[in-house]
Amino acid sequence: MITKVTTHPSQNEQLIFERSQPGRAGFSLPALDVDETSIDEMIPRDFQRDDDLAGMPEVTEVDVVRHFTRISTWNFSIDLGLYPLGSCTMKYNSRLNEKVARIGNFANLHPLASEAESQGALQVIYELQQHLAEITGLPGISLQPAAGAHGEMTGIMIIRAFIDARDGKEASSRRRTMLIPDSAHGTNPASAHLSGFTVKTIRSTAEGLTDLDHLRELCAHGDVAGLMLTNPNTLGLFEKNIQEICRIVHDAGGLVYMDGANMNALVGVARPGDMGVDVIHLNLHKTFSTPHGGGGPGSGPCCCTKEMEPFLPVPRIVRVNNGDTSADSRSEIPNYRLDYAQPQSIGRVKAFVGNYGMMLRALAYILTHGYDGLREATEAAVLNARYIAHGLLTDYEKPFDSPPMHEVVFTDKRQARKGVHTLDIAKRLIDYGFHPPTIYFPLIVSGAMLIEPTESVGRQELDQFIEAMQSIAREAVEDPELVLNAPHTTRIGRLDEAAAARKPVLRWRPKENTEPLAVAGG
Amino acid sequence: MANVPDNLHYSKDHEWVRVEGDTAVIGITDHAQEQLGDVVYVELPKAGEDFAAHDSFGSVESVKAVSEIFTPISGKVAEVNQSLADEPEKVNKDPYGEGWMIKMKMSKSGEVDSLLTAAEYEDFTKAESE
Repeated sequence: MITKVTTHPSQNEQLIFERSQPGRAGFSLPALDVDETSIDEMIPRDFQRDDDLAGMPEVTEVDVVRHFTRISTWNFSIDLGLYPLGSCTMKYNSRLNEKVARIGNFANLHPLASEAESQGALQVIYELQQHLAEITGLPGISLQPAAGAHGEMTGIMIIRAFIDARDGKEASSRRRTMLIPDSAHGTNPASAHLSGFTVKTIRSTAEGLTDLDHLRELCAHGDVAGLMLTNPNTLGLFEKNIQEICRIVHDAGGLVYMDGANMNALVGVARPGDMGVDVIHLNLHKTFSTPHGGGGPGSGPCCCTKEMEPFLPVPRIVRVNNGDTSADSRSEIPNYRLDYAQPQSIGRVKAFVGNYGMMLRALAYILTHGYDGLREATEAAVLNARYIAHGLLTDYEKPFDSPPMHEVVFTDKRQARKGVHTLDIAKRLIDYGFHPPTIYFPLIVSGAMLIEPTESVGRQELDQFIEAMQSIAREAVEDPELVLNAPHTTRIGRLDEAAAARKPVLRWRPKENTEPLAVAGG
Repeated sequence: MANVPDNLHYSKDHEWVRVEGDTAVIGITDHAQEQLGDVVYVELPKAGEDFAAHDSFGSVESVKAVSEIFTPISGKVAEVNQSLADEPEKVNKDPYGEGWMIKMKMSKSGEVDSLLTAAEYEDFTKAESE
């Protein structure tokens, strides 16, 4: 039945602290060939630690290498197989992008190097800005935000600053409502709330789209600062009324912010700026193939209209024409500059210029694909999701009829009758060698499984995934226990997630009455 | 099937209300806790805070998601179930008893009558899962 199984060869691993043996070390130093200087002469007493590094593991280099290499084999990664996390866009990170990011001239450039010495690095940022402006149809770009939610909050702060300037502080203070559909990412209401807005939720229609009548009703009170919309939305459906949605919000004096989490369905095909969107954030770590997961680093550029550009974070990376010498008499004028002279800016949101390595990777991704390649990637991402949608239709409940874009939502409704739920299906999928999809999101769909294959997989692997899901659907009928107790092929079985959340153990402590790990008494 | 006691009032947001004089005891239904899965954290308001009907008064975090909880009636919070801070699992084990969330001094007496009866709530959850 199982056509593809990964196993975890290594047994359980002790903590590095537990491997410690007194006196072990990863180095041996030669005898001093200079006079010894007392540490007190070099470092003031106040700055010296007095605990003799008690409890630090004493291990050799090979101990460390083997320990972490073994642990690393327990991970599932995008380099190991399909990782179909809906709305997270876990696409392959090309090795070429990694190579570009490691070019010494970029990697070793000090962030405090002068403009004149950073021209090439600044040019990379500027050119990436130009490409992103073309892709989104929005000319104002800041690459500073370090992640999606950070870019979101930057966008919302810009909306607030823009309305302050447009209406005056007092009138603006009466516009503090942010509209968010009930299918939105949880970060949307958080960003709005942190920026001083009150969130009102817009209902979705039975079709899974924004309810226009409800939107009109909420816009009628004159207090709407903006709308935060994901398009395609988190159900994987294109908000086909996007132009009408933007018109309604604009007529009410509000601005439209688009969450760019799902730009993988649009790049090279449709532009948010053309749809009437005022601000958007992109995720370079999703759509533009920079590494994603494990905590980053991410990059969440904020893109906006010409009118909102003055409010973007500083410094802006700008190009100054060589011919434009103005009053400056120096012969060598840098082409690219860090521009701080933006009085309406919301200020800096990140140290230096943001996560620079991600910008190099994203630029490499864009340039290696070219216009046709980017469009093709988008088409393949949508085609792959539709292929899965079609393949799972006979075994799983698809709550919305319309064809999905880059991700598709299914539910556990049919399997639930046998007591098999989304979590069980997800766990069983691990036995088949796949990372589970996003589960229980969007919240408005009971027992949701949100599947996003991305363009990185071919038909063979899509078929394997579909077969695995079909096989699990059969197991749910014929042998529910098999699914309920999954996974069976992993190093450890199902974890007690509730206990882990209720009574988290955040710190390892040595057991009492065992041999001390460090040399006692120094 | 989820337990739906006859003596309570219910909201479409899956909260229950038990009337004790001019006070309303509020919690989430057995159906709601079943849908949420294991509850790991409950965020509740402070005594003395005012809420209008349908306002969000807190949130419930489960292993699946964080969900807002809404008060079906208007009033001032008189008491909060402090024990949920250490034992959020009470919401799963005993949603109508030890898993209660807040006690509210009601400010609009008629509101309770507009809530669903046990039979109506049962029909509502059935229709929702169709």
